[in-house]
Amino acid sequence: MSEAQLRRPPKRRLPVEWLGILPFVAFAMLFLIMPTMKIVIGAFQSPEGGFTLQNLIDLNTDSIRSAYWTSIKLSLITALLGCAAGFAMASAVVFGGLPKRVRSPLLTFSGVASNFAGVPLAFAFIATLGPAGLVTLWLKTEFGINLRAMGFNLLSFWGLVVTYLFFQIPLMILIIIPALDGLKREWREAAEVLGATGAQYWRMVALPILFPSILGTFALLFANSFGAVATAFALTGPQLNIVPIKLFAQIRGDVLGNPNLGYALAFGMIVITGLANVTYIVLRTRSERWLK
Amino acid sequence: MTRFFAWTAFLLGVLFFVLPLVGMTEFSLKMRRGEYSFDAYRRVFEDQRFWDTFSYSLILAGATIVFGVLLVVPTAYWVRLKLPQARPVIEFITLLPLVIPAIVIVFGYIRLYNTSSVLPLTGSALGTDFLLTMGYATLALPYMYRAVDTGLRTIDVATLTEAAQSLGAGWITILARIILPNVLVAVLSGAFLTLAIVIGEFTMAALLNRPAFGPFMQLLGANRAYEPPALAVIAFAITWGCMGLIQLVTRFSKHERAKV
Repeated sequence: MSEAQLRRPPKRRLPVEWLGILPFVAFAMLFLIMPTMKIVIGAFQSPEGGFTLQNLIDLNTDSIRSAYWTSIKLSLITALLGCAAGFAMASAVVFGGLPKRVRSPLLTFSGVASNFAGVPLAFAFIATLGPAGLVTLWLKTEFGINLRAMGFNLLSFWGLVVTYLFFQIPLMILIIIPALDGLKREWREAAEVLGATGAQYWRMVALPILFPSILGTFALLFANSFGAVATAFALTGPQLNIVPIKLFAQIRGDVLGNPNLGYALAFGMIVITGLANVTYIVLRTRSERWLK
Repeated sequence: MTRFFAWTAFLLGVLFFVLPLVGMTEFSLKMRRGEYSFDAYRRVFEDQRFWDTFSYSLILAGATIVFGVLLVVPTAYWVRLKLPQARPVIEFITLLPLVIPAIVIVFGYIRLYNTSSVLPLTGSALGTDFLLTMGYATLALPYMYRAVDTGLRTIDVATLTEAAQSLGAGWITILARIILPNVLVAVLSGAFLTLAIVIGEFTMAALLNRPAFGPFMQLLGANRAYEPPALAVIAFAITWGCMGLIQLVTRFSKHERAKV
């Protein structure tokens, strides 16, 4: 800092410097914080404008409860499978003795695939696993396996799970590969010198270190699929009963017949994705302590 | 043994990722009975709505990028130079769009800026376009801010600023001619990622009722058989192109720096 700046009295300097982030603060207030606050406040307001908890109580209907439950189940399952498959692929590339050449294309592809969500992703899966899809027809003609008769329907819960994995797995790969790279070779050697087997090394050294980052990514994947609208909407249309689709229909046409109940529905989403992300941030800071 | 499992995991994963891509490509070529053809693509390209919605989304993406750069670069620069104590707060705000689902944010817009409010942005097409641009800037904020802030970390902001000031440069000159060129690679990465996010975005555009590419794809998906996979191939190519450009500018910059 220059001497001239140091000599100036601090009282006058302070507000002028904060002016520099005024445009950003104004933007964040107008288009991020105030809209969100509008929803949060609306969730606690009666139609006349007074304070009430009635909206949150009214969420407790069969249809809304089952929407939340399906959404949470969908997010948990896709996050779990996404983490497991992503971890398997990442560790195969980092430790499995695969040629070095596959690493960079895998990372690039993961960058593309984690952003290839929404409407086109639904189309890709309809063309592959839909009633007339490539894999569906191939299994039927070559092996006589009828996916539909076996109970698989792309336009259903499990179809959505398979489709969501297309962006969940790459996101896990993108986040976990740097963490796996952070495992020091010395730790493995030290464990081996002390007589540990490979499995013991993983169970007692590597996984405890990686655990916060895996669990943190799990939370991120959970929030990622909990808030997703476009893929589900393009795949199944408005009929699948999950929270984002329900909210979409509510915003378009007040299907719940009560605007304030809509606020409460959205507020519930903020609470759930908020909790998932707080978990992510807390666990991430914990894992960064080890992986430097 | 490890190697066997590694190859199995890797190849199963590759299969899972390749099959939908092959599936959509194959399906998009099957419009003509009995032979492969580009008929579905021709249909898509002959559709005026395709060009209208696509150029609409492209223009909005451009506006989002310009606005995002003008907002994020000065802010990130200023925070690094003068307000390091504001850093945690700013970073927290830039992460919020990952926490609050897009559908909730746009719900807030609709209720906050409707025709009976103080600022009736949804009352006119231009106002709604502006609102949608702000929404996209919000969605892109976490990625844009992270990219620019990482770029700023690699340069000595304070020294550059003092050097420019002692040569008589004002703030705008410093930002436009010193800082921006130095973080150009980061800005371009953020810009291409923004483009990839905005071009096929569905939720916000659909709920604000604007004729964007995402809602158009959804509409076509509900009514046609062969055009949707063709659109998926096009969308995938765009996403791939954006990511490829990010890699290209990053590699280019490494090359540049190596020469110096």
